[in-house]
Amino acid sequence: MSHLTAWDRICIARSQNRPKSRDILPKLFDEIIELYGDRCYGDDAALIGAIGRFEGVPVTILAQSKGRDLQENLACNFGMMNPEGYRKAMRLAKQAEKFHRPIITIIDTAGAFPGKGAEERGQAEAIASSLKMFATLQTPVIAIVLSEGGSGGALALSVADRIYMMENAVYSILSCEGFASILWKDETRAKEAAELMECTAMDLAKKGIIDGIIMEPEGGFDHQSDEVYGQIRSIIRRELNILTKIRVKNLVQQRYEKFRAMGNV
Amino acid sequence: MNQLFKKRKEQLGFFQGLMSKPKSVSIPREFNESAIMVCDSCGGASSKKDMASNLFVCPSCNYHLKLTPQQRLYQLIDESSFRETNRKMSSTSVALFPGYLDKYNKNVEVTGNLEAVVCGVASIGGNKTAIGILDAHFMMGSMGSVVGEKITRLIELADRKKLPLIIFSASGGARMQEGINSLMQMAKTSAALAHFSENGGFYLSVLTHPTTGGVSASFAMLGDIILAEPGALIGFAGRRVIEKTMNEKLPDNFQTAEFIKEKGFVDRIVARKQLRNTIITLLEYHKEASI
Repeated sequence: MSHLTAWDRICIARSQNRPKSRDILPKLFDEIIELYGDRCYGDDAALIGAIGRFEGVPVTILAQSKGRDLQENLACNFGMMNPEGYRKAMRLAKQAEKFHRPIITIIDTAGAFPGKGAEERGQAEAIASSLKMFATLQTPVIAIVLSEGGSGGALALSVADRIYMMENAVYSILSCEGFASILWKDETRAKEAAELMECTAMDLAKKGIIDGIIMEPEGGFDHQSDEVYGQIRSIIRRELNILTKIRVKNLVQQRYEKFRAMGNV
Repeated sequence: MNQLFKKRKEQLGFFQGLMSKPKSVSIPREFNESAIMVCDSCGGASSKKDMASNLFVCPSCNYHLKLTPQQRLYQLIDESSFRETNRKMSSTSVALFPGYLDKYNKNVEVTGNLEAVVCGVASIGGNKTAIGILDAHFMMGSMGSVVGEKITRLIELADRKKLPLIIFSASGGARMQEGINSLMQMAKTSAALAHFSENGGFYLSVLTHPTTGGVSASFAMLGDIILAEPGALIGFAGRRVIEKTMNEKLPDNFQTAEFIKEKGFVDRIVARKQLRNTIITLLEYHKEASI
């Protein structure tokens, strides 16, 4: 698979046929009950909030949802969350902490929504508060980057004890289009930007930002890729087994040290 | 002045090769007092002397001009009370995007600072305080790994020494040229603040023009109390991006300090002339938080 360029992977990650959160959740969890709303302003369909069972163990699920067809894309704003999405995530994370449920987050977003209402309702504050809250949350958090992880909008759900990436997923400070537009004032040079951005799973593993890569078949995984779902399950099983045995105080301390060491000078 | 620049250039030449341990350079305090300054907002001209005595607030339109960290300190703190921390810190392992090093060096030369934030400990009205000031003149105050590290160390210093913490934000956001490392600074600084807050520390965040992107979406918005200077641009996404997304023209006051206050995201807007006194009062109120 190493012959694939970063741009190739971005194309795979963004493909409409690639499984989305709504596809993979039933393959990983049983008895899923979705929970809606931020108890403040509204619900955000770009974030699926739920409780479910992972091999019998109750967990809280926070999954960014891009939608599987145009109708769903529009309904969930192509996975671009509004402030109420981040506040819903925080509400459910606090609930998970209270009831000692580990949290599994699924990352799949081009970024937080750059909308008028999003600004009016405090997009910056919502993301900042989410980063701060997850930093000291007293329950294990595992993040899986499914396809696309863009900017602070993805980071807000990535302050986790473990971060795994699908082999063809990308994770970056902003989209390659945005990057090209800043670097060369030319969005059409996205492909060139992609190769400079070090946004693939391999790049991030090398930098020590993620904990592991979930391998995919050539050309990307699909709905029939049972082997891939098996890998994801075995990673969640293994990590839950480790993380739930660590004393909460130590868990939070280790999480701090993990992020404290990032991008060190 | 020319000699100073020459000397600075020599120093730059020296560390361009090393990059790891650059010499620090200091900005000269004196300036040509009769020089004319033009207001960025109304275009009105004043002498630099008049502008400085008015705290770099335009006498005709009340526009608050951007300050350098040195100017901010001069206006705010008790005389000669500043002790800078991590002054010489610079990155050894930045991803070298095309043109980044040149741009960085140019910014060092123009501003006389080595990075987009100045941190340290100072007295304000007799209150010992950990203080960080972002510099919008240095690569738009963008946060790369050095800015994130310096801010984090400042928060940890405040935590260790039980000092109140003040950060003046002025930033376009995370520094694109350093890629993912810049993004992670948002998590790092926010995590440090989470611990500082849990330990009872008092954090006063002051938003100045402009505070946007990854800086507003991390430490800038996490103050126990958040102040803003009048007219400052404060927001997450850029205006052009939002207009393109929404396909509509945004009102003129969109993302101004006044707009953000009306929406409930800052505590107070404080004019520069009242800022020192307001900060002293707030520090006095939270004295017990720091013990």
